[in-house]
Amino acid sequence: MKPAPFAYKKARTLEEAVALLGEKDARLLAGGQSLIATLNMRLSSPSLLIDINGIGGLDGISVKGGMVEIGALARHVQAERSDVVAKNAPLIARAMPHIGHPAIRNRGTLGGSIAFADPAAELPACLLALDGEVEATGPKGKRTIKAQDFFNGLFETALGPQEVLTAIRVPAAAKDTRVGFAELARRHGDYAIVGLAASGRGDGKGLADVRLAFFGVGNTPLRVKKAEAALTAGNIDAAVNALELEPHDDVQATAKVKKHLAGVLLRRVAKQLLEARA
Amino acid sequence: MSDRSLDISLTVNGERVQERVDPRRTLVDFLREDLSLTGSHVGCEHGVCGACTVRVNGDIVRGCLMLAVQCDGAVVETIEGLSDSGEVADLQAAFEQRNALQCGYCTPGMLATAQDLLKRAKTVPSREEIREHISGNYCRCTGYHAIVDAVEAVAQARAGVRK
Repeated sequence: MKPAPFAYKKARTLEEAVALLGEKDARLLAGGQSLIATLNMRLSSPSLLIDINGIGGLDGISVKGGMVEIGALARHVQAERSDVVAKNAPLIARAMPHIGHPAIRNRGTLGGSIAFADPAAELPACLLALDGEVEATGPKGKRTIKAQDFFNGLFETALGPQEVLTAIRVPAAAKDTRVGFAELARRHGDYAIVGLAASGRGDGKGLADVRLAFFGVGNTPLRVKKAEAALTAGNIDAAVNALELEPHDDVQATAKVKKHLAGVLLRRVAKQLLEARA
Repeated sequence: MSDRSLDISLTVNGERVQERVDPRRTLVDFLREDLSLTGSHVGCEHGVCGACTVRVNGDIVRGCLMLAVQCDGAVVETIEGLSDSGEVADLQAAFEQRNALQCGYCTPGMLATAQDLLKRAKTVPSREEIREHISGNYCRCTGYHAIVDAVEAVAQARAGVRK
């Protein structure tokens, strides 16, 4: 199918983009790898597309004050090849090859993926597992939103109607940081049937501060706190038994299959957390 | 064409192009309908099949997931350009020799994606790496095996490996 008609404006500055978002039915166009698909399918039909790709200074990747900051317009391929990400945000580095395919990663942006909040996407779960945060810029200036307060529902976030997601930040990995990532998809690069992003601290004997964020099993990425506690106590079987997920049937798998696969992934990721060195 | 139309100026396969386009025109439709470059194919129109893969500023992209208006000032290369320049001549020959196509619908995108891997690879990619790189390109005829064979053979030939 072809998109319904819309007007197109290229924002040159962040202020211009924020102002244009005040117009009726306006949407931001970043990498477009989800948005243009939904336009083609006529699942969305905005009256104005605000192209923010020309705004400078929004694609940096750096470490500031113990946090890795990734500009909203950094493309997946940039993060995939970034030494800063590999060293300081190993969970994101590990997730990157699972996101779409090379041609998609050349265009798609990290900010776009977080702001779109697809429940089966990798990055929202990574942000939650890392206790990361989002920087939003609106008419009143900048504000920071913690990942746990950001994903409100199916494709719903805490962003206001005139706010632009301008950066994401995650704590830079320390020596004892442990991360794990696994997902199951029918084809490499497709959205996950079930996926799991995890972080914690390890001293070679056990784990502490374990954070497990599942994706593809609910309306948002989901933490499983009972399983986290069991894993921290060193009991993988108990962690699997403590999973309290209630996925729905979807086109890819039944709820029963998803629940089973979540347990399989938890075992794989637990192994990574116990073995891996950041 | 609506009053929302915008003028764009870009380079396509080495030639300067100036056109007036509707914002909703995707890059692949622009190439096919406005420039009659029909080598890029339209399959799923939502980024899944890879038949519309083209190069923009040196990087492969989905032609269905970029708007033509976004390509103002860009350098676009299609299978026609890659073919005419001889850049993928060895890949084309290997695809033919190893029956890496039947209907040919996926082939332009497959060639562009394979060339993207080979031009970046510092060593001969493994079969697993080849499969992963072309994972975003559907082929419904071959079962992929012959395609991987062809790409692997070219990778080895370019690296000077004899078999």
